[in-house]
Amino acid sequence: MTLAAAGPGFLSPTGVEIAFVLVGLATLGAALLTVTTRQLVHAALWLVAALGGIAVEYLLLTAEFIAWVQVLIYVGSVVVLLLFGLMLTKAPIGPSPDADSGNRWAAVTVAGASAAALVWIVADAFRTTWIDFGGAVQGSTEVSGRSLFRYWVLPFEALSVLLLAALVGAIVLSRRTGAKGAAEAVAPGTAGEERR
Amino acid sequence: MHLVYPAVLAVLLFCTGLYGVLARRNAILVLMSVELMLNAVNLNLVAFDVWLRDTLHAGQALTLFTIAVAAAEIGIGLAIVLLVYRNRGSSDIDRLRDLAERPAGPSAPDGSGSADGAPRPDTGAEATA
Amino acid sequence: MTLTTTAVLVPLLPFLGAVAGFLTGRRSPGFVRPLAVLPTLAAAVLTVAVAVGQGAGPATDVATRLTPTGSLPIDLALHIDGFAALIAVLVGTVATCVQIYSTAYLRDDPRYPSYAALVSLFTSAMLLVVYTGDLMVLLVGWEVMGICSYFLVGHYWETEAARAASLKAFLVTKLGDVPFLFGIFALAADTGTFRITGILGHIARDGLHHPTLIALLLLAGVAGKSAQFPLHTWLPDAMAGPTPVSALIHAATMVAAGVYVVARLLPVFAASAAALVVLAVMAAVTMVGSALAALAQDDIKRVLAYSTVGQLGYMTGALAVGDRGAAVFHLLSHGAFKALLFLGAGVVIHAAGTNSLAAMSRTGGLARRVPDAFWTLTVALLALAAIPPFAGFFSKEAVLGAAEHAATGHAAGIPGAAGWTVLLSGLLTALLTAAYATRLWLLAFRGTGPEAPDHGPQPLAMNAVLWVLFVPTVGFGLTAPLLPAWFDGRSLAPGATTSVLGTGVALVGGLVTYAAWRHTSTRAARAPLGAVAAVPDVSPAVAEEVAIDVHTPAYGDIAGAPDPADPGRLLLGPLHRHAAAGFHLDAVYTALFVRPTRAAATLVRFLDHAVVDTYVRGAGAAPRWLGAAVRRAQTGNVQTYLGALLAGALVLAIAAVLVATGTGA
Repeated sequence: MTLAAAGPGFLSPTGVEIAFVLVGLATLGAALLTVTTRQLVHAALWLVAALGGIAVEYLLLTAEFIAWVQVLIYVGSVVVLLLFGLMLTKAPIGPSPDADSGNRWAAVTVAGASAAALVWIVADAFRTTWIDFGGAVQGSTEVSGRSLFRYWVLPFEALSVLLLAALVGAIVLSRRTGAKGAAEAVAPGTAGEERR
Repeated sequence: MHLVYPAVLAVLLFCTGLYGVLARRNAILVLMSVELMLNAVNLNLVAFDVWLRDTLHAGQALTLFTIAVAAAEIGIGLAIVLLVYRNRGSSDIDRLRDLAERPAGPSAPDGSGSADGAPRPDTGAEATA
Repeated sequence: MTLTTTAVLVPLLPFLGAVAGFLTGRRSPGFVRPLAVLPTLAAAVLTVAVAVGQGAGPATDVATRLTPTGSLPIDLALHIDGFAALIAVLVGTVATCVQIYSTAYLRDDPRYPSYAALVSLFTSAMLLVVYTGDLMVLLVGWEVMGICSYFLVGHYWETEAARAASLKAFLVTKLGDVPFLFGIFALAADTGTFRITGILGHIARDGLHHPTLIALLLLAGVAGKSAQFPLHTWLPDAMAGPTPVSALIHAATMVAAGVYVVARLLPVFAASAAALVVLAVMAAVTMVGSALAALAQDDIKRVLAYSTVGQLGYMTGALAVGDRGAAVFHLLSHGAFKALLFLGAGVVIHAAGTNSLAAMSRTGGLARRVPDAFWTLTVALLALAAIPPFAGFFSKEAVLGAAEHAATGHAAGIPGAAGWTVLLSGLLTALLTAAYATRLWLLAFRGTGPEAPDHGPQPLAMNAVLWVLFVPTVGFGLTAPLLPAWFDGRSLAPGATTSVLGTGVALVGGLVTYAAWRHTSTRAARAPLGAVAAVPDVSPAVAEEVAIDVHTPAYGDIAGAPDPADPGRLLLGPLHRHAAAGFHLDAVYTALFVRPTRAAATLVRFLDHAVVDTYVRGAGAAPRWLGAAVRRAQTGNVQTYLGALLAGALVLAIAAVLVATGTGA
């Protein structure tokens, strides 16, 4: 087994490692900019960069299907949703000096401390673990689809129900109460049917 | 490839998201930070799945599920933020302080009236009702 | 019916009457009077039956034990001898008279049912004390009397004086009762029984270990109940109660109980010469002091109250010289004429509309308004002043004779000093007694001024009772030759020396007072004084209550009155002011007990407010401050909460990791 097999040292990186680290640094930088920038729309755009970087990392980890799903779902829809949310809440376009709240230094402390603790624990635990990319392909669409529809059908279907519920919930939450009240005033029976 | 690289990257991304959740004022920016944290977890899942070569591909399947759940979460979250914005005229998290127990008197610690202008008539109406 | 059954019924009947009175008094007012009078009357008849049945024979002792009570058994015991039988007759007679008198005296009183029931209970308790042969049972009756006196003295509780007097009576007698209780326990611990016969038998056989201590402890209780110096101060103040209650307390029940207990336990006292001397000195101080005080009182009932204290001094004096026959003889005759005096005084107060002698001395024709009271009171005062041939003369001569007997050293085991003390103070008191009796009579009935208002004839129940009591007042002394067979056998016939001396000083006292009165009475017209509460056609009790209530506002003092026409003022001279105030004993008590108690109360209040409450407030304030501090963390900002939550989780996680790795670094 290759589980416990010690790989090559850190001082002789492979090409994949170099690429991973570089992309990872870019991703981390984009993420940091996302949480620190004072321009709200820029934050969304930096989030696109960070999520895209993570997609590249997925690719480097040979999980190609996940990578494309990442690009599709996150970059394609989630960020668009967030941008819509920013617009609907009338977020200022330019830099807003009050983007950070008052407990920023507490947040820095907590985040820094957790980062230090987790990095220390993770590095201590996995410093000799080596991922072997040889062998069968792991993350192709075919492999993923097969395992998904062979072993994970039931959770998959349950998840579809969850998505439906979230969809209905989002619609109910974001409907204007004034319009609903007017609809009820016009046709209370129909409105009741709809709600049910 | 060393497992340490994706693991450490995931940790750092997670903590970056954590910082964002704790420090950002706008609710949508907080949601973005939550996405960062979720992605950090996904990265971990993928990396460990690759390392363990799981026959069921549990890690990758769970990653897909997480992405779906994250999509649902962002939809609901944005709806809630919109609702809050519509009711309060602001989506700043640190102005939503109805949880606080206010000492009696005018020296309430909250900020401008816009955050509390809406709920106060409501509570007043409830009190008189 | 055997003697025992009859004797058991005697305390039981008034008790049942009291219970029935309490239960039915409010709902069926028609039964109240029969329920008050009939059981007491029946008990009085039964006491006579017991006395006849007992006769002069040996004492009857019956005992039953309900339940074992540990090392010292408590028996329900009866002990009837000549003393008990005769005193019970007195108690029954006086109580019946008082009940009958009260039906008229308190005829319009809304609280009459409870009053009558309390009088019945009072009578029952006294009869229990008289008949019982066990000290614990005696103590029960003793304490029941204490609480009854509290309620009865405070019957007019609308008046400030009555409230204060009832509390004072209760507290002062309780002050004596505590040592009394200890004395009983010490006595029982010493002799191993609560039975009086057992105790006396033990003393006769083995003596006592601590006779002086026990005697002095018992003496404190006796002084409290029998109103002896220095615990007598409650008795004059108890005049704030209704007149029949005063008669009952003074003549038959409460004050007699103390003397009776000493008489029963006389061997205990006789075992200690020191106790006898203390008793003699106590008696001497009591009788002289109270006679002086009586000469200065303005309230007619207070005069009689102080005279009671003085006559009780005679009784304790007789006990101090070891002659309980003389003591009980005086107790009986005094009970008869003192009841008559009080009940007559009640009639006089009603007729005059005031209880003030100064006001009466400015009212003419009082004697014509109440002829029955006038004649009976006159005889009773003569008996009080020990003028032959009335009852008081014989009993007082018996006391003085016993004192002379002891003083000349003829009594075994009695210190001569006690005899001399009692004899000399007794003679001095005889002088003073005659003086204040004369003063009372002159001021009450020989007043000059506007005619007394006519309230019509006094109720028959009241006048009849006076004449009933008149009989023993006149004739009881003639039984002196018969009584020794009932008592210890010692002769009670008056001796020649003491008779001449006693009657002589009494006559001197009376004549000097008369001369002083002749001198001062002319001033009465020049110094108008008095507030007469002349409200016609109200019940006597209401008139008396009003009189008690207005005495202090009208005359400036509850006891004395600024009356220049008072012969007592001339006789006493500078002493008058102190005598009127009871020789300032109340002031001494105020300084000794009341002020320290109040100061202690103030201190306790201060400690409670300043110290204890500080801790309490601190206990409240500390959490409040803590809460205020913690509430600052409750900002309502979710991010703050989440930050704190994560920080805590982080600390816990690191701690868990450190523990798991076990290294610490």
